[in-house]
Amino acid sequence: MRLLVYLPLLIPVLAAVAARPLAARLEPRQATWLLTAATVILAACSTVALALLAASAAARVPLLATLGDYSRSVIYRADPTSVITGAAAAIVLTAAAVAVAVAVRHRARALAESYRRAARLRDDGTIVVVRGGAVEAYALPGWPGRIVVSGRLLEALDEPGRSALLAHERAHLAGRHHLFTTMAHLAAAANPVLLPLARTVDYTVERWADEHAARVTGDRRLVAVTIGRVAMLATPGRRPAATLGIVRARSRRISVAWAGPVPRRVAALLGPPPRSQALLMAAAVLIVVLTGASALEAARDLHALLELARAAH
Amino acid sequence: MRDTGPHHSPGEHPDAQRRPAGALEAEVLAVLRAAEVPLTPGQVRERLGVGEHGELSYSTVVTIVSRLHAKGLLARERAGRGFAYTPVDPASLAAGQMSRALDAGADHRAVLTRFVSGLSGRDARLLRVLLVDDDGTGPDQG
Repeated sequence: MRLLVYLPLLIPVLAAVAARPLAARLEPRQATWLLTAATVILAACSTVALALLAASAAARVPLLATLGDYSRSVIYRADPTSVITGAAAAIVLTAAAVAVAVAVRHRARALAESYRRAARLRDDGTIVVVRGGAVEAYALPGWPGRIVVSGRLLEALDEPGRSALLAHERAHLAGRHHLFTTMAHLAAAANPVLLPLARTVDYTVERWADEHAARVTGDRRLVAVTIGRVAMLATPGRRPAATLGIVRARSRRISVAWAGPVPRRVAALLGPPPRSQALLMAAAVLIVVLTGASALEAARDLHALLELARAAH
Repeated sequence: MRDTGPHHSPGEHPDAQRRPAGALEAEVLAVLRAAEVPLTPGQVRERLGVGEHGELSYSTVVTIVSRLHAKGLLARERAGRGFAYTPVDPASLAAGQMSRALDAGADHRAVLTRFVSGLSGRDARLLRVLLVDDDGTGPDQG
């Protein structure tokens, strides 16, 4: 096994580091597609790489060599994968399989519950107003999906704020954003190194919905202020009068690179609308494609080696 | 599924019998939801009025509210010799359970894209810097 097989195991580390800066620069819709696809493809590639390492080590087992009718000496000579590496790969692979199975089960259950509850809400419209004191708004995926908003939150917002909030939630439902986050998180279950990518997808779908709300309302600042206001309301013990009095927002050059999602979303909305970054997208896509190619190449390598070993027998 | 068995008393308006039980229940629920106070079956019947479906008999209204109560959609309290009913908003029920589920597991959180979650102290400070209540006096570069 050549060094090529280790590339699909290394690239996820790079991708994990690059995810957040990428999400800050790319247009949210593109970023969501890119990061989701990257998470899934990189998870698949790293799984293939592990399987290849395990298989090439297994090829040294005498019993398998006898059964498969190939020459072990050829394998020993050509393949630098040690048995320990192979065994480690097999263990990690097994753990990944279990993790994915558990994650699929949990996600499927959560989604099924969401669909069930959405169907049970017999209100005619999409919007369901919840009584009670919670400050809450979320999109409930289903058929049809629902927007759940607490009455208290609706009361706290003025009419433009309400339309911004609802436009945001509608974007989640219309764009089926939960599918992106689900795919990304399932892929990350196979390779936890990719978890930062999946979490970044959680963020980019929010940005996607924010930008949609900004387009619908025609007011980026309104969406920014609404997010800020709701976030302050939703934070227990942090409801200074000044927060509720926010009427104007200004964009300041302050760094939000390491802040939580809410300040980053607000800062992004206070800035200019995001533009498509073709070059950056192309570079990211290229890296993912190269990783896929290297996994395929490594698979072909192993296949060729086994053929060779069989011929030499 | 919904039980559509017969539950009308004999003497009521013939139109009422042709309607599916679900439509009657929905109407009664709508009346109770529109009311800010608990209503007795008699009051419900009054508010339903004659409408396009004709007038319902008192016993039909009692049957419907009892069924709705049995389904957990109405709460009732003593009012004189009978009961007064208030809607238990199913959306509220389901959404409340959903919200609790949300807090219970990462999977639910990921499935339900929340508008915002609570802020850390640092994020709250940052947010305040970003969104300044400047009343139009400060520089406005947005």
